[in-house]
Amino acid sequence: MSTLSTAQEHDEHHDHKPKGMMRWILTTNHKDIGSMYLIFSFAMFLIGGAMAMVIRAELYQPGLQIVEPNFFNQMTTVHGLIMVFGAVMPAFTGLANWLIPMMIGAPDMALPRMNNWSFWILPMAFAILLSSLFMEGGGPNFGWTFYAPLSTTYAPDSTALFVFSVHIMGISSILGAINVVVTIINMRAPGMTYMKMPLFVWTWLITAFLLIAVMPVLAATVTMVLTDKYFATSFFSAAGGGDPVLFQHIFWFFGHPEVYIMILPSFGIISAIVPAFSRKKLFGYSSMVYATASIALLSFIVWAHHMFTTGMPVAAELFFMYCTMLISVPTGVKVFNWVATMWRGSMTFETPMLFAIAFIVLFTIGGFSGLMLAITPADFQYHDTYFVVAHFHYVLVTGAIFSIMAAAYYWLPKWTGYMYDEKLGKLHFWASLISVNVLFFPMHFLGLAGMPRRVPDYALQFADFNQLVSLGGFAFGVSQLIFLVVVIKCARGGEKAPAKPWEGAEGLEWDMPSPAPYHSHTTPPEVK
Amino acid sequence: MSEHVGENQALNVKNKRLVAKLFGAIVLMFGFGFALVPLYDVFCEITGINGRLVNNNQEQSTLVDKSRTVRLQFTTSVAPGMPWQFKPHVNYVDVHPGESKVVKFLASNQSDANVTGQAIPSVSPGVASLYLNKTECFCFQQQILKSGESIDMGLVFFVSTEIPADIKTLTLSYTLFNVTDPDSIQAVDLQAAL
Amino acid sequence: MRIKIIIIAVLGMISSVLSATPSNINMTRGVTDISHRVYDLHMTILIICCLIGVVVFGAMFYAIVKHRKSQGAVAAQFHESTKVEIIWTVIPFLILIGMAVPATKTLIEMEDNSKSDITIKVTGSQWKWHYEYFDQGFGFYSLLATPAEQFDNLDGKNTDVAKGEHYLLEVDKPLVLPIGKKIRFLVTADDVIHSWWVPAFAVKQDANPGFINEAWTIINEPGIYRGQCAELCGKDHGYMPVVVKAVTQDEYAVWLDEQKQSVIQAKKDAEQALASTLTMEESMTLGESLYITRCAACHQPNGAGIPGVFPALKNSPMILNDRAAHIDIVVNGKAGTAMQAFKGQLTAKEIAAIVTYERNAWGHDTGDVIQVSDVDAKGAK
Repeated sequence: MSTLSTAQEHDEHHDHKPKGMMRWILTTNHKDIGSMYLIFSFAMFLIGGAMAMVIRAELYQPGLQIVEPNFFNQMTTVHGLIMVFGAVMPAFTGLANWLIPMMIGAPDMALPRMNNWSFWILPMAFAILLSSLFMEGGGPNFGWTFYAPLSTTYAPDSTALFVFSVHIMGISSILGAINVVVTIINMRAPGMTYMKMPLFVWTWLITAFLLIAVMPVLAATVTMVLTDKYFATSFFSAAGGGDPVLFQHIFWFFGHPEVYIMILPSFGIISAIVPAFSRKKLFGYSSMVYATASIALLSFIVWAHHMFTTGMPVAAELFFMYCTMLISVPTGVKVFNWVATMWRGSMTFETPMLFAIAFIVLFTIGGFSGLMLAITPADFQYHDTYFVVAHFHYVLVTGAIFSIMAAAYYWLPKWTGYMYDEKLGKLHFWASLISVNVLFFPMHFLGLAGMPRRVPDYALQFADFNQLVSLGGFAFGVSQLIFLVVVIKCARGGEKAPAKPWEGAEGLEWDMPSPAPYHSHTTPPEVK
Repeated sequence: MSEHVGENQALNVKNKRLVAKLFGAIVLMFGFGFALVPLYDVFCEITGINGRLVNNNQEQSTLVDKSRTVRLQFTTSVAPGMPWQFKPHVNYVDVHPGESKVVKFLASNQSDANVTGQAIPSVSPGVASLYLNKTECFCFQQQILKSGESIDMGLVFFVSTEIPADIKTLTLSYTLFNVTDPDSIQAVDLQAAL
Repeated sequence: MRIKIIIIAVLGMISSVLSATPSNINMTRGVTDISHRVYDLHMTILIICCLIGVVVFGAMFYAIVKHRKSQGAVAAQFHESTKVEIIWTVIPFLILIGMAVPATKTLIEMEDNSKSDITIKVTGSQWKWHYEYFDQGFGFYSLLATPAEQFDNLDGKNTDVAKGEHYLLEVDKPLVLPIGKKIRFLVTADDVIHSWWVPAFAVKQDANPGFINEAWTIINEPGIYRGQCAELCGKDHGYMPVVVKAVTQDEYAVWLDEQKQSVIQAKKDAEQALASTLTMEESMTLGESLYITRCAACHQPNGAGIPGVFPALKNSPMILNDRAAHIDIVVNGKAGTAMQAFKGQLTAKEIAAIVTYERNAWGHDTGDVIQVSDVDAKGAK
């Protein structure tokens, strides 16, 4: 009874959860908030996905068939913003909310009221962003990277709304990150030393520090865009002594760590699932921790590899090329460790494991193309083509999203108390795996053959592959609806899940009954 | 019960302290985002990134390196909305490092209104900007031309004798922007008001 | 021994598959020494990545097949080995050094802009390229030549229009360059950031407004090389091709003479045009065709613009009430907007025709016929 938390003290006043809508609006419970994050993220995934369908429908054949180019640009921009800030990041925050207190033996998150706020401002942010699409002149059309001066002098009138919504998203992420850091540092059960924490907790701790470091820089960037557009400052305009390339430096100083924000928690998830289904301890736990930390540190000194064609001096190009190549060392260590974990294990292949294996293979393919992109001379050819589009979709869709899917299947029994439908889960996996590769693999070829990104129309030699890619895209979109069915079915009932449904699973969350009780560890568990 | 109330408070204080530290870090990083602007300028000054010309030396150089010549090319662009003609009288000059030269640029305002222009220089290769010294330049301040007026605008420069031997050609580009627009006047008022 | 044979076989398979690939799935080898080196670098790294992939995924799939519970596999207990960790940190590091050496050499060579024979200033603007032959004193705009009915099928009217062979990759006036000479490109932009890219030269250089960048190439073979703008630059980013026609040095000399002649001719024409008087009928015909190619992308064929993005011309107070301002904005553009200056792009006569058209189309009926001298007074030639 030694670490009753503030959170629990707060909840003790109403031991029974309030009913109806107000339960969700006023909740300070980490599980409720986690569920809301995950549901919100899936809704955004579908909206962002619908935009991707518009993009792929337009690109199904050469010529302008469905949308005019300005609207096409709004679709690519908002698709990117929604997937990054609305789907992937909130999904990870949702998982953090659900799992971190259970994993470290805490009753709840450290700052439950702030937790409520950090979730509820997110729907506002996206309502603002989406509403800008319906304004006269349309929403943001300058790409999710919003390079100045396209996003300042030449931007549509709705840019203020874009800036405002990015500010709110940033505040939400920052509040979420603070909560994670305070929870992990102050709320661990006695005996839960840092080097005993599950890797998901470790990767999230490092991610949270990355968020705290770079989200304010993003806020500063959009603020400068705002003042350049509306208050006649000249941060990024040559006419007033500014420099448009400066924008790219500041943006990518945020942007590159952001990329790792979207993948480090995945590493944590895969490091939980692979040992569970191999029935063998994770190989090289401590090297995994060090690898994660070194990836995070390196992410601060590689930003300009997004800018090799902007006209940098050779010395700078070499520096950023070497640093970028270096990142593949700790990333490689991770992949090797996962393979070593599987080696001589006793494996079974339930849906979470299937997604985890697909993650390892496909994320590594994304890593290979990333290494190729790091080679500056070759990057002059790859840059801003579909090769880059293929690369970051391999990393983000078959990387981040697949790991989120794996996590959802893995912990669904713990969340709902019921087993999900394994047959439907496997169907979802195979449908996703095949369609996602039909969708993204030919993009490598398109990029190498010379198709630039962010174009609504293309030359005739790209027609066949684009058609194939679009078909893959539609199939992948439909496949995700299977997941929706699985989750709804699982939430409503089915086979009762035992406390530990996976034979090889390890961690404090599996000591709790399924579904996990409303308040997590009310008495701190003993950690050996 | 009083025992864990005490511990609760201890945890509360611990949490609050950590939150305060993290908020401090966030404010710091927000400031750092803006600090990147001057940091970038310093960085450009040291490395010559982007060829942003920084050597506005008022001093004349005394040493002239007669053993070699460097070619300086001139090119101009006129930004949209700028109703001026703007051209150098010569496309290039060959100079010895250390030797001072004068180059004239012709500007003429072809509109019905008085227009203020600001020329923005850029040097390529970027590194060369470290060795190009301008003792006098029309780009140091805004230029105002009355309707129909034409003037020769002067640039006095020398190339530093320390310029590496492998740089044989420098290109100096000027982009002329119209800074008369009401927005910038407003901005000045805003600054005055502050 | 067996492993060796397998490795050799796999290597052979990968390289034969990769080298036999048709050009539409791989990077072009290009027509310059640099582009060849970039291609070789690309292939080397691709093959190394494939090999690493074969080894790592091979081990993983071996484990997946052999070490499964249904096969009766019992999990081993090992979960740590400093020795192994060091090995798989050091080996990738060595591979990286092996990659970095040729990459560094190629990069240093690519960035050596010195000793050029010809300088071309490339200026991007929404959505066309301008080429200035720096030492020759002339230049021209290069516009998309694909007619709109080939790509604009939003209303479904043009479904049956056949697309040309070089759909979206053709221009009215290509950049003409000689082979075997070192050509230096000075790249800049007028409005937003563009990126000038010709895959066959392995040249991609961002065009930043207010700043110049450099790139260079030596073309080995005559031919027509096509590329595109690579940086998102607004609405018609996808309709901004780059076409370079590489010719022998003799042909280039002939072409240069022709161009200089036509510059002189254009001056004569301009003087003649200044003295002549344009009729309403002549101006409306010329103006309409020019409006469709130069203005309609933003202001739309019906003059309605795109609300909130590009202003409507129809019933615009400026057009109806302020003739001087109307001419001025077409000649000089408007700062801080996508409205560019047309004085260098069109002759004074053409601008006069466009302004006349805009003042009399869509029910405006101002009855104004703008004369060349009106436009000339604003600075257009």
